[in-house]
Amino acid sequence: MYDIIAQNPLSAALVALVGLSVIFGAVLGYAAVKFKVEGDPIVEQIDSLLPQTQCGQCGYPGCRPYAEAIANGDTINKCPPGGQTTINAIADLLDVEAPTLDEEHGEESDVKTVAYIREDECIGCTKCIQACPVDAILGAAKLMHTVIISECTGCDLCVEPCPVDCIDMLPVAKGLGDWKWDMPVSPEDQIKGLDTSGIIATDKIASDKTDGDQAA
Amino acid sequence: MQEFAVILISTILVNNFVLVQFLGLCPFMGVSSKLETAIGMAGATTFVLTLAAMSSYLVNTWVLIPLNLEYLKTISFILVIAVVVQFTKMFIEKSSPLLYRVLGVFLPLITTNCAVLGVALQNTAKAHTFVESTLYGFGAALGFSLVLTLFAAMRERLAVADIPAPFKGAAIGMITAGLMSLAFMGFSGLV
Repeated sequence: MYDIIAQNPLSAALVALVGLSVIFGAVLGYAAVKFKVEGDPIVEQIDSLLPQTQCGQCGYPGCRPYAEAIANGDTINKCPPGGQTTINAIADLLDVEAPTLDEEHGEESDVKTVAYIREDECIGCTKCIQACPVDAILGAAKLMHTVIISECTGCDLCVEPCPVDCIDMLPVAKGLGDWKWDMPVSPEDQIKGLDTSGIIATDKIASDKTDGDQAA
Repeated sequence: MQEFAVILISTILVNNFVLVQFLGLCPFMGVSSKLETAIGMAGATTFVLTLAAMSSYLVNTWVLIPLNLEYLKTISFILVIAVVVQFTKMFIEKSSPLLYRVLGVFLPLITTNCAVLGVALQNTAKAHTFVESTLYGFGAALGFSLVLTLFAAMRERLAVADIPAPFKGAAIGMITAGLMSLAFMGFSGLV
């Protein structure tokens, strides 16, 4: 058998290549089962960086769909609630340049806000309840609605549908529960924001002095 | 023992696959803009090159030579390399999703890295034994990793350097690679 194969060059070539392919196919098949990846782990990591407001300002129905879209190559600057901090964190994770926030999807605000319904003016239309992505609005048809402050993520989505404009976005007052020390600013960070190209040391002292005068 | 050391030094420095033999230039230019990515790529290529050198030696000695099929060398080695790369891809996808994402298209492109096929073909041309073949592949991979890491480190500094406008980006990268190649020519005659 071996002699016949070895003597006939054509069959030898066929047997060798087919045999090699079958062996390698078996190895790869085994590896595919052994190293099977469940889901996409990168989506989990991106999702955990997003603010979970489920506001949909990015154009996707929630944070997880947006995380999946990023994993498939969407731009990472569509999340106004997360702001520049989130963009930087995702850029760091994905090892890309951090873009600035895309204004088209809304502006970043430093102050956390919650929705507040002026209850005298509410006509009980339930439109804001349907718009709320996190079910933070209580109420029924023709009955006054109200917002559960601890559930509200401040996404602004309920403001638009209200026919009588009775919803305000109010800044959350800092209480004892969420008050934090400010991060100390290092001298390097103070200089970083300034245009120091043409400044020499004496100018620096002079500008400090004027700052001091203004403060006084 | 001494001949093994000679093979290693020869492949890493004197006959460096990238800078002296000009094989495997596409990942050298493509994945060298960030040091971290370059190190990941270097690791993956080291794994593939060593494994491919070993398995192509085995295929050559145990299948091709007994059946007088040396003329099928190139196609069989390409098959071997493709399988090793695919295996590495699965392994990295499982063990480090981040590296998998960062390497992106360059990971499957190791298949077409000419250094890998070059090592396998040179092994048969030089009639290396199994240990010599393995060392030859490993040394080539170390040499590739060395220059890729050095080049990536330099390009990271070039990215923030004050370069005249016509030389910005890939142009200065090419010039740097040329200068590195010149420098590596200086190793000839070492062994």
